[in-house]
Amino acid sequence: MKTFRDSEHLLRFALLFAIVFVLFLVVRHFVVPRSFGEYGHYRGAAIAEIAARPIHFAGQSACETCHTDIAATKKAGMHAGVHCEACHGPLASHAANPASVQPPKLDTAVLCVRCHAASAAKPKNFPQVAAAQHSGGLACETCHHPHSPAIQGGGAK
Amino acid sequence: MTLSRRQFLVLVPAAAAAWQYVLAGTPQDAPNYQLTDHWWGMLLDITKCIGCGNCVRACQAENDVPDEYFRTWVERYLRTDWDLTTPEVISPDGGKEGFPTAEEVKNGMYFFVPKMCNHCADSPCTQVCPVGATFITPDGVVLIDQTYCLGCAYCVQACPYGCRYIHPTKHVADKCTLCYHRITKGLTTACCENCPTGARQLVDLKNPNDPIHAFLKTHDVHVLKPEMATGAKAFYNGLDGSVR
Repeated sequence: MKTFRDSEHLLRFALLFAIVFVLFLVVRHFVVPRSFGEYGHYRGAAIAEIAARPIHFAGQSACETCHTDIAATKKAGMHAGVHCEACHGPLASHAANPASVQPPKLDTAVLCVRCHAASAAKPKNFPQVAAAQHSGGLACETCHHPHSPAIQGGGAK
Repeated sequence: MTLSRRQFLVLVPAAAAAWQYVLAGTPQDAPNYQLTDHWWGMLLDITKCIGCGNCVRACQAENDVPDEYFRTWVERYLRTDWDLTTPEVISPDGGKEGFPTAEEVKNGMYFFVPKMCNHCADSPCTQVCPVGATFITPDGVVLIDQTYCLGCAYCVQACPYGCRYIHPTKHVADKCTLCYHRITKGLTTACCENCPTGARQLVDLKNPNDPIHAFLKTHDVHVLKPEMATGAKAFYNGLDGSVR
């Protein structure tokens, strides 16, 4: 049965097209990552890869698991909203392995002033001091306990 | 069973197409984290920011951000009463080590503006990527697939907020991930964790109990460059009109 005359060359083109199409699918299969298009026009597995990156800050609740006494002191004072690692630095390694990784010693001369140095740019209701005039050269922790800094609240050492 | 050549030629591409889906397998999900249960954003309260730079340092420590590059930074504005549209803005080293002492000004005001990726719902940065290396996740975080990024920097130019950079050693685009590796584990971001005044709050708009819903009802909250219709999800409380 021949619908068209001389249809041989059309079949050859069809065959060539089919081969190229299959080749395209094969190449595409190896080149495009498996999860591409899982959620959208991107590699879906990238989400899990980014989520699997290691953390450096353990988080407040991890600190409170062991340091219950300090957590209680802090909750009662002015620094209740300041999380531990805001001053002590990233300590996920200490939380994972408390015995071998010790937090570094802190310098109140640097830390307190970072937030509490007087500046007209800061919100007016935030407690600020001109450090040199305020303490006469004494270290902050002479009078203020960093975990509960108010003096009348039993915060002084 | 015999196959004619015609049947064979039809079946081979069909089988190849089907094989793709067989190989793809079932997607692996974190056991307790459902992508569709969250829609993340951030609240930045200008009335509480003291410009201490804790967020900038925390971000750099958490995410190994190279020196002199910033995923988040703090700007200090001085807006005089004479000119409400052209404030004087400084951000020494991104505000990482705080700011110089400011003297009281008579006719003007100072304020700090923490900046970061706005994790836009309709982000220009994801739309321009030619290879699909940057995208918004189903839970509303704009991320970069750094194994796929070519480093062409189209997205760096497209971001209206200047939140992207080309990593100096990896030579691919880099930006805030909203600490995706933390929020998917139930932690807050490094910047929120370390903000001493609560000026930054991670918000989940899909969580009906998130305090953001009450906050948005009772406060004057804006996003940056709303005219660009980016669907920004960095919500600013107390945002002055001079902030760009």
